[in-house]
Amino acid sequence: MTAIATPSPASAATTDRLPGDQDVWIFIFAELLMFGAFFVAYIFNWVGNVEAYTRSQLTLDRSLGLVNTLLLIVSSWAVVSAVEAARGNHSRQVARLLGMAIFCGLSFMIVKAFEYTAKLNSGISILSDDFYMFYFCLTGIHALHVMAGLTILVVMFLNAREGRYGAQTTKGLETGASYWHMVDLLWIFLFPLLYLLR
Amino acid sequence: MKTVLINPLHRTLLILVVVTGAAFWIRSDGLTGVTGGIATLAIVWLKGRLIVLDFMELRHAPALWRWLLQGWLMLTTALILLFYYIGRSGVTF
Repeated sequence: MTAIATPSPASAATTDRLPGDQDVWIFIFAELLMFGAFFVAYIFNWVGNVEAYTRSQLTLDRSLGLVNTLLLIVSSWAVVSAVEAARGNHSRQVARLLGMAIFCGLSFMIVKAFEYTAKLNSGISILSDDFYMFYFCLTGIHALHVMAGLTILVVMFLNAREGRYGAQTTKGLETGASYWHMVDLLWIFLFPLLYLLR
Repeated sequence: MKTVLINPLHRTLLILVVVTGAAFWIRSDGLTGVTGGIATLAIVWLKGRLIVLDFMELRHAPALWRWLLQGWLMLTTALILLFYYIGRSGVTF
């Protein structure tokens, strides 16, 4: 992804404009609708099977879910801070903050891989019961989105290192950032649904 | 500390971290029963709103997009809350 040389205002916070490309917002909204349907399908199935779902839920490591939530929140903060830094023409800071977001995203994936491995090693799989069917499907689809987001972050990081983002060239950065925030927003629902709600 | 909190993004980060901790505490028997579930979902809504408005920067975006995403957030949280309440009431489909 290259920086798009479309003039953008110094700060989105002071204007009535949509950050990034409008097309990505259409995509984001479609993704949110799809995941929203998944979340409702999960809770709909939970009704009437509360005890069975709770029994399986208790075998999850809530601490790992908490760590992953904090990692995505911090990464999202780093990305929006990078956009702010670009508006202020602080290109080195942009790269540093994007690097931090990538580190958090990779850490999220490592924790997820550790969690999956532990479950599979203890004989729990997608076929174990309804709860774990939802658990592996929902977190698996989400993990694919994290990987796509990480790819975008790496491209933006490389662009930032070449100084391609500045006050007049933030559109590409804002577009990628919006996608990453969506990944965070989805996890904000997944963590309580799968790990906390009972 | 004071200067750090002047930046609205830092404030949002701090709130998100604190309420995430609160949701975890609720699940660790800080609040039990339906009350705990409702409080957990209220936190989901609050966190989602902060991400949409402050991190996605839609607070000052065109109203259509702000309300589309906030509408999705509200509807999804409300449906989860509805089915959660039904489930806790012992009703089956």
